[in-house]
Amino acid sequence: MPRIKTPRKLSGLPAIKGFRPYGPDIDKQATAIVLHFEEYEAFKLCDYEGLNHSAAARLMQVSRPTFTRIYASARNKIAQAFAEGLAIEVEGGTVYFDSNWFQCNFCGCYFNQIDPAQPVETCPLCGKKHFQQMEVAELANIQTN
Amino acid sequence: MKIAIASQGNTLNHNIDLQFGHCAFFVIYDKDSGGMEISPNPFRDAPKQAGLQAVKWLASQNIKTLIAGDFGPKVQPLLDQLSIQLIVLKKPDTRIQDIINLLNQQ
Repeated sequence: MPRIKTPRKLSGLPAIKGFRPYGPDIDKQATAIVLHFEEYEAFKLCDYEGLNHSAAARLMQVSRPTFTRIYASARNKIAQAFAEGLAIEVEGGTVYFDSNWFQCNFCGCYFNQIDPAQPVETCPLCGKKHFQQMEVAELANIQTN
Repeated sequence: MKIAIASQGNTLNHNIDLQFGHCAFFVIYDKDSGGMEISPNPFRDAPKQAGLQAVKWLASQNIKTLIAGDFGPKVQPLLDQLSIQLIVLKKPDTRIQDIINLLNQQ
């Protein structure tokens, strides 16, 4: 069994859902290339924001070699789409988003923090101060059940 | 601050709905004025993307916090973008009235 992928952290959703080629010889029925969210993010961080691989890897909370593999795969897919005239769809991947989650010990609810600049002081539901921040591994419990 | 709660029915004695997008009713509670509005979820029977459509609909009504038993994976990034806070309450036997009491305790 392959090892489970480390979730990659994203700063936000892509600005687009995908791209479609145009021109007389385009086969509209051809299956689109699926570019994962993490690949889009890697491509954006490196080529648009101009970060190097190790800085971008830290932002996405993966190791530098893993980042390089994601990035290589992104470029490969984009190049394939360009060369073969295929559409690109941005979706899927093993990712999580940039908001911190907390669990309240009093009412048992889970809640997230919207503005990272503002510290969380009380549980938004019951107003108590007994809560704890959740780890990435625990988050899977909330989201997949 | 306006808070939307996913509910299984149209009274305060109904329980919280464990699914967000396909829930039966939304109870929209205005914490500042104490006003309350119960409206049916227009996307209840949507075959797909009910959650995303519901989020957009709720965002257009200035809702800042959402409470439900569970959220789908597509909804969370959109909520982050719209800066709407999520509260996940995994207790199916909680009545809407209990939640409003909790909110009023603060």
